Amino acid sequence: MSYRNDPYDPKQASLLSPEALSEAVGAATAAFAVASDLDALGALKPAHLGDRSPISLARREIGSLPPAAKSDAGKRVNEARQAVQAAFDARFAELEVERAARVLVEERVDVTLPWDRRPRGARHPITTLMEHMGDLFAGMGYDVVEGPELELEWANFDALNIGPDNPVRGSMDTFYVDLPGLVMRTHTSPGQVRSMLTRQPPIYVVCPGRVYRSDELDATHSPVFHQIEGLVVDEGITMAHLRGTLDHFAKAMFGPDARTRWRPHYFPFTEPSAEFDVWFAQHRDGPRWVEWGGCGMVNPRVLVACGIDPDRYSGFAFGMGVDRTLMFRNGVGDMRDLVEGDVRFTANFGMEV
Amino acid sequence: MKTSLSWLRDYVELPADLTAEQLDDALTNLGMEVESIVDQAATVKGDLVVGRVLTIEELTGFKKPIRFCTVDVGRGVPQEIVCGARNFAEGDLVVVILPGGELPGGFKIGARKTYGRNSNGMICSAAELGLGTDHSGIIVLPAHAGTPGQDARPVVGLDDVLVEVEITPDRGYEMSLRGLARELSYAFEAAYTDPGRIPASGATASTPYETKVEDVVGCDRFSARVVRGIDPHAPSPEWMQRRLLQAGIRAISLPVDITNYLMLELGQPMHVFDLGRLNGPLVVRRARPGEKLTTLDGVARVLDAEDMVICDDSGPISLAAVMGGETSEWQPETVDVLLEAAHWDPIMVGRTARRHKLFSEAAKRWERGVDPTLTLPALERAVQILTAHAGGTVDERVLDLDHVRKPDVILLDPALPAQRIGVPYPAERVVELLTRVGCTVAGVEPLEVTPPAWRPDLVAPIDLVEEVARLGGYNDIPSLLPPARGGTGVTPAQQRRRTVGRAMAENGYAEVLSYPFVAPGLADALGYPPDDPRRSAVRLTNPLSEEEPLLRTSLLAPLLGTLKRNLGRGQRDLALYEIGAVFLPGGSSTPPPAMGVDRRPSDEDWETANAFVPHQPWHVATVATGEIEPSGWWGPGRAAIWADAVEAARITLAASGITADRVSVAAAEPAPWHPGRCAAIAVDGVVLGHAGELHPAVISALELPKRTVAMELDLTAIPAAPVVQGGRISSFPTALIDVALVLDRAVPAAGVEAALAEGAGELLESVALFDVYESDQLGEGKRSLAYKLTFRAPDRTLTSEEALAARDAAVASVSAKFGATLRGA
Repeated sequence: MSYRNDPYDPKQASLLSPEALSEAVGAATAAFAVASDLDALGALKPAHLGDRSPISLARREIGSLPPAAKSDAGKRVNEARQAVQAAFDARFAELEVERAARVLVEERVDVTLPWDRRPRGARHPITTLMEHMGDLFAGMGYDVVEGPELELEWANFDALNIGPDNPVRGSMDTFYVDLPGLVMRTHTSPGQVRSMLTRQPPIYVVCPGRVYRSDELDATHSPVFHQIEGLVVDEGITMAHLRGTLDHFAKAMFGPDARTRWRPHYFPFTEPSAEFDVWFAQHRDGPRWVEWGGCGMVNPRVLVACGIDPDRYSGFAFGMGVDRTLMFRNGVGDMRDLVEGDVRFTANFGMEV
Repeated sequence: MKTSLSWLRDYVELPADLTAEQLDDALTNLGMEVESIVDQAATVKGDLVVGRVLTIEELTGFKKPIRFCTVDVGRGVPQEIVCGARNFAEGDLVVVILPGGELPGGFKIGARKTYGRNSNGMICSAAELGLGTDHSGIIVLPAHAGTPGQDARPVVGLDDVLVEVEITPDRGYEMSLRGLARELSYAFEAAYTDPGRIPASGATASTPYETKVEDVVGCDRFSARVVRGIDPHAPSPEWMQRRLLQAGIRAISLPVDITNYLMLELGQPMHVFDLGRLNGPLVVRRARPGEKLTTLDGVARVLDAEDMVICDDSGPISLAAVMGGETSEWQPETVDVLLEAAHWDPIMVGRTARRHKLFSEAAKRWERGVDPTLTLPALERAVQILTAHAGGTVDERVLDLDHVRKPDVILLDPALPAQRIGVPYPAERVVELLTRVGCTVAGVEPLEVTPPAWRPDLVAPIDLVEEVARLGGYNDIPSLLPPARGGTGVTPAQQRRRTVGRAMAENGYAEVLSYPFVAPGLADALGYPPDDPRRSAVRLTNPLSEEEPLLRTSLLAPLLGTLKRNLGRGQRDLALYEIGAVFLPGGSSTPPPAMGVDRRPSDEDWETANAFVPHQPWHVATVATGEIEPSGWWGPGRAAIWADAVEAARITLAASGITADRVSVAAAEPAPWHPGRCAAIAVDGVVLGHAGELHPAVISALELPKRTVAMELDLTAIPAAPVVQGGRISSFPTALIDVALVLDRAVPAAGVEAALAEGAGELLESVALFDVYESDQLGEGKRSLAYKLTFRAPDRTLTSEEALAARDAAVASVSAKFGATLRGA
């Protein structure tokens, strides 16, 4: 076929002409440009970059050139080849981007479709609220304590200076059981008694829990409800400490505007005693004072019954209804909603209160 | 306690321009609960005037007789008014509300046509004006009560302010005008006149009626006076009737009204006897058990040995301090009266009142404490008012059997108020405030304080501290946080309840808080065997509902009721949980040791007493019915089955920090579960509760949806969570090998898994059951369980030989224990 010393035959080498190569590059570039997708582009590849493509055929002719011209022609073919490859690659990249974008469009879904295949449960707001209250006092250095709901009459009444003739011990107020000396606790205050009997001052405790009074269920009363009770017994405790504690509690529960207002009152287990209102700015019927609970300095008789020296130690105690707090804080209008166990009521609160 | 501002002003010089708000604040800050303050003048709106009836025309032909009147209301033309009442005549002065006015209750008055005539306004009855309950006719004013056209409010007493307050049980003295006025004098620093300090005749050597007090504990003072020859028909003066009415007390007769009036004024309950109906000397003593007395309310009462009675020769004639008897009571024709004012033991009165359910106005005062120095002033006032209005002759003799103990002196460290309240009250301030409430103060350090006779509640230094703080002003007490002390916050048991509750909620269960009261029949409905300890429940002796007197011994009993309520409200897919205490039996029919209050109970007594308190462990329970995984656009849902209940138990234990390897699940058959679909859940081999599908009979008895599932565990009995050890995470690859084992269907999967783990040894990282296949092709009564075993070594890449050897050992272990064969082998 060809030999190194073959005389140069320009006819045979026409494919290597700059014009021909340029035309091949142009044709390839134009073809690639109109390929509409990666498959079409792939289909064009053999014609322009394959073994039978014009540039590949031209490369075969290099051998027929005189040695002096080979180098030049080889360089030209390579450049053409690179140009076609570059055009291919560029178009490939373009089409790839287009395809990725198209895939994203095609994969679009309706993200508003519901997916509650695993229903959420919820905690009762009384539980959550009692937890918040307990945590607040835990943060102030208190222990969260509790006692039995079916309680010794002595701890529920006698030790708290509620003598045998106090009317609250009657069956109109208190649930009695077929075991002598026991009652359904009417308040969380026996928790105080148990704390004082089993601890040494300083005592800082809160006692949240369930309590019982023989009231018929209506919109504002329930025979079963919840209280949280606080007790501090330490040296030098004054009513000012009680006020500071309640003000702090009020702010934590109801916001920075909250404050308390006291009214002198009577409780057998505290003296002096007060009922207190809280200023509740977010009340659904407008800002107002709301009755919140009772408090006072622990009656020395209670300290004595619990074995604490009333000359060395003084203390304060306070208590409030958790249900009542929930009702005004969270705009619950009817006590029955708290006790009937309707899942819709619980679900409304979810995990918070 | 209800009264009027005008009556209070008789004793305390309150500001003339006192507003209802100021009065409310003052009473509240003194420690009274203000029920209402009503300005009567504002209860009737518009023109309420005095009118004179000029003409009356009787209208006939209607269902009832009707009068068409012309009334001079001071406005030129007489007013035409139609009236249904008949208790008036031409020339009478009446009360007229003119068109545009409004009566209490929002009843608007207009000019209208009625019974064929024009009626411009209305002639009013007392009831229509809110002045009582008298509907019998319109008000006919006394002849010179006013002139037509003048405002009728002051004429009928509609110009007063009515005050109603709730008195705390320690302050009996506030249940009187005397006490209320005294308290208000502190608040307004106003001059006060004590109606109880009047010149009164003292005891005379001879007595007006022979009387003996046999029990001076129950009755430490008994005073009496006699008036003869009164006019039995003399009415009570109008002012007295009005004040009684304002206090909510019905006027009855002059003598009775006087006792009621003085009870309100002074706080001294009194009694009036018909002297002519007494037989022989009076004896004041305890009742004899079984003695009978018919009280004024017509009830025949059997008396208790603790009751005090006043007797004559006929036996008891009065239940002392609480209610008089029928036989000695004042009668409409009574002309000779014996007025009694005594002082009774408050504890006795309280017990008697409760025993006989007689909560009279007198009993309320006795229970809270009455000033024992008031008997003679009260009698003096009574005699004065009675003779002023009904004539009669006063017997000059006065009976007064006085055994009253003087109040004890209280020694008060003048620094104590400041130490307890946190307000620096100087000693002079303490003395000033105590003197103001009526105490006599002597000495310096300590102060020697004698409380006034009307304050039996003041017995200890702290009682005096309270008075200093109260008059000093509660709202001036500063706000100060006590110093922080080291605390431990929430206990592990509380922490567990929180975590378990959250875990339940995160897993789709909604918390409810059921009442712990259950019906006795529920034990049968739940299928408890006759000897089931859950049947021995503590019983309320005074339940709200006789149908539910028992305390729950299981959470499920009431929780299933809550489930039913939700179903009744249209819910179909429900998953509920509850965490609460149950009340186990084990109490005693004997009472716990008596413990006093004058010192701490001994450790032995306290411990013994607590042994009488039934065990009240905290449980967690779940119930589920309907779809636990809902159907939706994604496809069908999944109904709750027994396995969901078992999983709820596993979630509880995991949330309690108990690792799965300590938990065992085994078939069990207790009520109320389906005997073939119930698992006993144990930790370290100790059963803590059960889970599964409810027994079909229980479902039928309670009318629950079929296949309802439930779980209940004893939270208190779950062992404390240990300190979790971190272990080491291997970074070498796993070897995964599946095995399918053919076994008898009766072999529990839990046992197979345990045997696999035991046989595989330490290289086994996890074992997961991925297929259960039952087919007779496997052999009769057989099933195939397919497990994915994951092996991994902590320190090297396992060779396939090692992994296969471990697999073989695992299979061999199951084969040895349960006769398993490899499927397809």
